[in-house]
Amino acid sequence: MEIIKPGINIDIVGKMKIAFVVSLSAIIISILSLLLHGGPNLGIDFAGGTLVQIKFSQETSTDGIRDVLKTIGLGNSVIQRFGYNDNNEFLITTEKSSSELKGLSNKIEEAMNSSYNKGDFEIRRVEVVGPKVGRDLREKGMLAMLYAIIGILIYVTWRFELRYAVGAVIALIHDVVITVGIFSLLGKEFTLPIIAALLTIIGYSLNDTIVVYDRIRENIKGIRKQSLKDIVNSSINQVLSRTVLTSATTLLVVLALFIFGGAVIHDFAFALLVGVLVGTYSSIFIASPTVLAWESISPSKEKRKK
Amino acid sequence: MSDKNIKVRGIVTLVIIAVALFFLIPSVTQKLPSVWKNNTDKIHLGLDLQGGMHLVMEVETEKAVESTMERISNDLKETLMEKRVRFKHLNREGGAVLTLELPDRESKEQFEKILKNDFPNLDIKSSEIADGIEKVYLKIKDKQIASIEKFALEQSLETIRNRVDEFGVSEPEIIPQGKDRILIQLPGIKDPQRAINLIGKTALLEFKLLDEEYSLDEALKGNVPSGDIIAYGYKVESETGRRTKTPYLLEKKTLLTGESLEDARVSISDRFGESYVSLKFDSQGARDFERITAANVKKRLAIVLDGVVHSAPVIQERISGGNAQITGNFTMDEAHDLAIVLRAGALPAPVRILEQRTVGPSLGQDSIDKGILSIIVGSILVILFMVMYYNLSGIVADVALFLNIILILGALAAFKATLTLPGIAGIVLTIGMAVDANVLIFERIREELRLGKSPRAAIAGGYSKALLTIVDANVTTLIAALVLFQFGTGPVKGFAVTLSIGIICSMFTAIFVTRIIYDYFIWDRNIKRVSI
Repeated sequence: MEIIKPGINIDIVGKMKIAFVVSLSAIIISILSLLLHGGPNLGIDFAGGTLVQIKFSQETSTDGIRDVLKTIGLGNSVIQRFGYNDNNEFLITTEKSSSELKGLSNKIEEAMNSSYNKGDFEIRRVEVVGPKVGRDLREKGMLAMLYAIIGILIYVTWRFELRYAVGAVIALIHDVVITVGIFSLLGKEFTLPIIAALLTIIGYSLNDTIVVYDRIRENIKGIRKQSLKDIVNSSINQVLSRTVLTSATTLLVVLALFIFGGAVIHDFAFALLVGVLVGTYSSIFIASPTVLAWESISPSKEKRKK
Repeated sequence: MSDKNIKVRGIVTLVIIAVALFFLIPSVTQKLPSVWKNNTDKIHLGLDLQGGMHLVMEVETEKAVESTMERISNDLKETLMEKRVRFKHLNREGGAVLTLELPDRESKEQFEKILKNDFPNLDIKSSEIADGIEKVYLKIKDKQIASIEKFALEQSLETIRNRVDEFGVSEPEIIPQGKDRILIQLPGIKDPQRAINLIGKTALLEFKLLDEEYSLDEALKGNVPSGDIIAYGYKVESETGRRTKTPYLLEKKTLLTGESLEDARVSISDRFGESYVSLKFDSQGARDFERITAANVKKRLAIVLDGVVHSAPVIQERISGGNAQITGNFTMDEAHDLAIVLRAGALPAPVRILEQRTVGPSLGQDSIDKGILSIIVGSILVILFMVMYYNLSGIVADVALFLNIILILGALAAFKATLTLPGIAGIVLTIGMAVDANVLIFERIREELRLGKSPRAAIAGGYSKALLTIVDANVTTLIAALVLFQFGTGPVKGFAVTLSIGIICSMFTAIFVTRIIYDYFIWDRNIKRVSI
């Protein structure tokens, strides 16, 4: 079976301009969304606060829960349904500025106890993050992304050349910004696992990009007469089969995770889903064409040697 | 890689698989010979999978410095009075700074001499002169402060360990973090709030006399005599459930502390069936207690716990034998826990909760179930796809995939790494990405075949050309995983671990193991066509 026929020759580089336009619009939309929402929607991991996950044995409404919370002064909490509707599971999130963190989850439990019978609800999970820890994790998250990108820059420069590294990093940043943007558009929260997903996307997208770079490098060594543009084009076409396939298999498993993995890692799986799709796109349409664009500004050492 | 070492390579592979299984099987069944069991462990599950509590506490080490300063200030006062040095207004200001006023040069010189000889840990921070009177600001030497803070952390660790031990949680983890934080993990804990109360209680037990001469009302208005403080006791009336707050005027001086305790036990009073805690002092403590009670018969002695007055009974007579009681509306659990903290000792400084994450056991089990389901579904999808696309070669890739999973789980068990929910996601992800290496090789082989090469040459060409690409591509994902490992905590760290292990294992199976299978068929069985 062959999805991509051998000898395929799509003029990918020719479509570079369209790709840039599409990507640029996506990035602009992402940034706009972030600005509109006042930054990314930080979960308690980064903003501090209390989160309580409660499962009710009978149908309950968010209003009903809010009424209970009002009695302890937490009427402003965010209450969301968690998982499927018939699960009757809810997430209650309160901000860090509420009264002392220490007793908050307890107070919530007591309030629930007074309004609902003991057996009718179950507290499945409690997370309390103080402002100090929230700040710590924010810093660590940022640093992690930074170090990853630096590490990659160094490695790719070592294995290929600086221009390739830059192309790779631009593709990566493109992937991260768009993924964050989509999260922002859909109002999804940023938690620690989401940062993990972003780092994974970085690693994975890079994977793809390197496979293309490898082929380009191999073809440059072999063919003498062709322009870099043609080499890049044919290289991408040659690895297209593999790129599409790997994305397909990764998508299959991430879909499995997304559908069957349960509500707790649902957003994490979603981030991976978006990331894999965008990452594949950027490896084909962004990374290598960037190398080309750089080339037309300052030709590469390898070509000049010939 | 040639035909000759198929046997060797095959054996190496089988050995590695056997080792992985050796570490893996204990997680599946416990019916094993003890030699096996003693050297291995079930796969270590994270708190998000087995349920439990993760707690990060901060030891307020500044308070330890402050209370040391308080002690020093009392000692200094006594020494200065003994040596008849003139001074005024020896006070503690702003936590850990002492101030006092010296009226003339002579006192200042005497004071400096005493500092040098008896209080080498104090430094004069600054001084001001106004109207001939010198006001001196003292602080503790920085090196000493650092060592007080370090000691406070160590002592807190020790005390918390003792308390958690008594609580009976299996496999608790209590680890220092940085210079003033403690990480506590209690798997499978049933009552997290009770554990928090137990761990976070400073549990400073003090015995102080009541000042019954001065008027309590006067003191409440704001005129507290020097040498006294106001403390409160709380009572909950059992019928009405009302909480009443009772003020007490106590002498500041602490006569006896919980350090002098040898034991604390829960007992039930015959009279009301109430629980109370009976205390037993050590031999020095018993002597002190006898001395104190003998000297203060008919006066009231307040039992203060963490600044709250628990009771203030009248001393009827001298008490020898070193036994005392703490009573007061305890439930069985409360009395039990109080006995635990008194036995384990007081924390040298208050602790504050920075982060708490608790997962109930039902959610934990849920997560495990869903995680396993995802692995199974994901694997089936990939396996089918590979066979569809690459025919028999697809099956080779699938065998590699299966081995991969065994190797990953075996490695997790062998390194005693923790499996978390994101970790399971990492395994699922690895399944998808592992095939990538195989795809790279297969696509190359297809290309070589199209160029007209023989099966042997095509396979050799495919593997060698793809090798470098595979390494390059996987190293970059490995970099991302390593960064995550450094910066992540808890569940995220688990993800980084399984991802890293997964990448390494998938490289091994794709490059080394599948090659053996091909080589076997090409060289030993001499097949003419590659089904790919």
